[in-house]
This record gives sequence, C-alpha cells and structure tokens, in this order.
Amino acid sequence: MSPTGTVTRAETCVIACSDAWRGSGEVLAHAVGTVPTIGARLARLTHSPDLVLTDGEAFLLSDPWSEQPTREGWLPFSRVFDVLNAGRRHSMMGASQIDRYGNQNISRIGDWDRPKRQLIGARGAPGNTVNHRTDYWVARHSTRIFVEAVDVVCGVGYDRARAHPDPSLRFHDLGVVVTDLAVLSYDAEGRLEIRTLHPGVSVDEVRAATGFPLAGPVDGITRPPTDEELRLIREVLDPGGARDREVPG
Amino acid sequence: MDKTLHLADLGNHLEDGMTIGIGGWGSRRKPMALVRALLRTDVKDLTVVSFGGPDVGLLCAAGKVRRVVYGFVSLDSIALDPHFRAAREQHGLPVTEYDEGMFVAALRAGASRLSFLPTRAGLASDVLAMNPELRTVASPYDDDVYVAVPGLRLDLALLHLNRADTAGNAQYLGPDPYFDDLLAAAADRCVLSVEKIVPTAELTATAPPQTLLLSRMFVDAVVEAPNGAHFTSCVPDYPRDEVFQKHYVDAAANADSWRAFTGTFLSGDEADYQEAVRSLHAARVPAEVPA
Repeated sequence: MSPTGTVTRAETCVIACSDAWRGSGEVLAHAVGTVPTIGARLARLTHSPDLVLTDGEAFLLSDPWSEQPTREGWLPFSRVFDVLNAGRRHSMMGASQIDRYGNQNISRIGDWDRPKRQLIGARGAPGNTVNHRTDYWVARHSTRIFVEAVDVVCGVGYDRARAHPDPSLRFHDLGVVVTDLAVLSYDAEGRLEIRTLHPGVSVDEVRAATGFPLAGPVDGITRPPTDEELRLIREVLDPGGARDREVPG
Repeated sequence: MDKTLHLADLGNHLEDGMTIGIGGWGSRRKPMALVRALLRTDVKDLTVVSFGGPDVGLLCAAGKVRRVVYGFVSLDSIALDPHFRAAREQHGLPVTEYDEGMFVAALRAGASRLSFLPTRAGLASDVLAMNPELRTVASPYDDDVYVAVPGLRLDLALLHLNRADTAGNAQYLGPDPYFDDLLAAAADRCVLSVEKIVPTAELTATAPPQTLLLSRMFVDAVVEAPNGAHFTSCVPDYPRDEVFQKHYVDAAANADSWRAFTGTFLSGDEADYQEAVRSLHAARVPAEVPA
C-alpha cells in the first residue's frame, strides 16, 4: 500500500525520473537538475543497482548520499567524452525549448546572430543524443518550452534522426520527457505523447501548457512511490527538501 | 631555463587579433590574474577559445573580443554570464558555438597538427547550420558519415595551475585537470600562472607524479600569481568565491554599477585587486561569519 495522499508533486517527479533509468544497466547516469539527480540515486538504491553515479564533478561515487561518500572511480571532464562516445551513458538533460519530435534547444532564443536571449550554449546535447539514450526534465511544463518549432536544434529529435540518409545516427535513442505535470514518451512515429499524468493533473491542463497537439495518456497515472521509496527520498536522499525548491507545491 | 615572468609583462606575449585559448572550465581554475593583466593592456580583436566562464564575460565587457569559440559559457553556480549575454544580445558578437565533444575534437586535432578529426557529435543538429564552414566526411571503411571538425590552433594559451617550477613543469592538485594540457599542446605559446612556484623536487614531495599535468616542453612563461584564479575555484588552495561571483553578476545590471565595479576592482594592478577583494569581504564579515 502506498501513502498516496501525502505524496508531493516533487516526489512524484522523482519517481518518474527514477523509472526513466530502469533497465539502463551498468552505465553512467548523467542527471542535470535536482529532481533528476535524486531520481538517479533512487534508481541506484532500488531497481537499478548497477547504475554508476557521479558527484557532478570528477568522481564516481558508490554512495553519494553518504556523509563520507566512497569514490569508486575518477571521471574528469576529458574522460566523460570517452564514456559518451562508447555509449556507456544515459542522460537526463534540461530543455529551454522542445518540439513534438524531441528536438531540444539550450543554445539561444530568437535570431541566431543577435539572439533575443543568449542561453548557455549547445553543451553536449548534439553529441549525447546521437551517442546514447537521452531523456529530458522540464520543471515547469509550459507553452514557452513545449513549442511548435525550436529556435536551435541542439539535442536531435526523432524526425531528423529518422530522415538522416546514412547509418551514422544508429545510436540515437530518446526515451521520455518528465515534467512537473506528466511523463511524455514517443509514439511509433517519434512524436511526443502523454504516457502518464501525475496524480491530480488533467489532460486538458497538460495540453493547455503544450504548444503542439499531444495524444494520450496511454498509460494512466504516474505510479505512486512505495513506502520504501518515500522513506529513501525523505530521509536519505533529500532530507533538506531541495526537490521542493525545484517543484514547489 | 628560468621562464619566470612578471604578471605586468604579460603584454610582451600579446598581439592584436590573436587566437587565445583559456584554461579551466566554467567558473573553475580560470587564469583570472592573467585575464586581468590582459585587461590592463591595449590588445584587442581577440578570438577567445574557452570552456567559457567569467574569463569570457570580463573580456567581452572590456570590448577585447572579436569572436568567441565555445561549447558553453557558464558561471556554474550561476547559469549564465551577464556580459557574454549582453555582448550577444545587444551587439551580436560573432561566435563559433560547438557541441562540447566537437570543441574537444577541434583542440585534439589542433594539438596533433591534423586538419580535422571526425565526430558523430553535431550530426543532424543545427550546430552544422550555425557554422556553415563545417564539412562532413564519408568513412572510407563503411557507410558512416561524420562531422569533420576542423583543427583549432591557438596563438597563445593562458592557464592557471596550483604549482610549477621555474622551468614550467606544472602541477594540478584538484580533482580535475580540465583540458589545460590539451590547450597547451594546441598552442604555439603558453603562459602559465600558478599559486606558487616551487623547486622541482618539491612538486612530487607530497603529491603523486600523475599530478604533473604540463611538461616544460609546452610552457613558455611562468607567472607566480597567488589567488590568481580568483573568483573562480582553485581546489584545494581555495573554493570559488561565491560572494564575489554574485557581486560580479549583480554589478553587470547597469552601466553605473559596472563602472563602480571596474573602478573598485579593475582600475589598479593585481595587488590592488586582491586588496579590494579583501576589503569587500572584511566589510561583510559581521553578517557572514560561518557557523
């Protein structure tokens, strides 16, 4: 039995992120953002004990939730590219814009040469998306982020990957987009659809916050945490409540 | 050979229009004393190649930059650098923005004196469209087609490490070498600053030899610049100065506050800068004593 009545939206999001890593095997969990980081650690503590976790800097940690974490490896930035080129990685990145095929933008908004808003830059998104499984985390599901067309394609979406004329993109693999309202996944045509709604969220609410048509939900409601998962989140992984600052309410 | 250089003489290594690679990563172990010394010269029209942080921001704010080549520009604990944003949004500063893996490939090619290296990164993304000079290359062995990232050579690399000897054998003591060795190898000349210059034998007296990141073969000048990465981190010597970094970002809010910032911190020499930083913290101590 799950204590659903007491579960916060942030905790639902942690569960959805954790489930994104289910079955990924012995790969590096690359998580951008507070909720995905907690989710990866929860996955490692529950259904995916082989996952490899980092401190977000240069070390691989067996138990990053401990006060004195054990270092099980050294992964400076220069070696991250060797890991991702080898495909031993599964990312959950952020997105400033994302379209219906999962094309993602973190580079700039508006004109390429003189943008309305210069963002952080493409970072590793182009390389991640053509080398290993990539998911996205959107803490505020809105029509500002889910747009008809992104201003710059950083992370490569399914339309471009499938139209690619040669086999060089055979490692392209987009999984899910977890938001504060729902979990989205891709249909057979590579278009985003609602996989599950978070408890208390309506289809209309998600569609109103999305700038393109969205089918679903195809799988009902996002599952609640188990008692053990809730205990791990609250007592072990995030006793300070950082998740609530990323997803209020 | 003794390669010791005084910070004030950095200008001897600079020319207008140079391509300069800057070490560190984001707001971590940046050669900030060298950047500040560069700001005191008349040099201009620089192409700056960087895993970008406040080095890029300060050079943009001072109008020293013709083009930035980068995979990202970030202050880490603060996502975006305000001066880089302003240079892009208000003045359309030209950039070459790559995927990070492409950026590394460009430097690896440059360091190996190759005209290009192939990467999968960049395929099907707008990085190719935004940089129309980029070409792809068909594999001679199978049906794959890769991005042919052109080799990037640097006229000069500016780096900051923890320790070095006077010959330029240099050591990092923190968790990550970043790409400083690659930048040095891709550069025709390399000016290095360190927290402390020590006798060669002292480098490995207490640290393993694997911390010796740079050989003197790749270093032309060594500057002793204590606190020379400030306000970025230089672990284990010191962490990032988050108070100062926020002050830097807040000061960029308008022309008046930025003028005040440059007047206080960037109008004198490096000793004046470090003194002004100490004063800033001294003024804050009553409210900021850690528990």
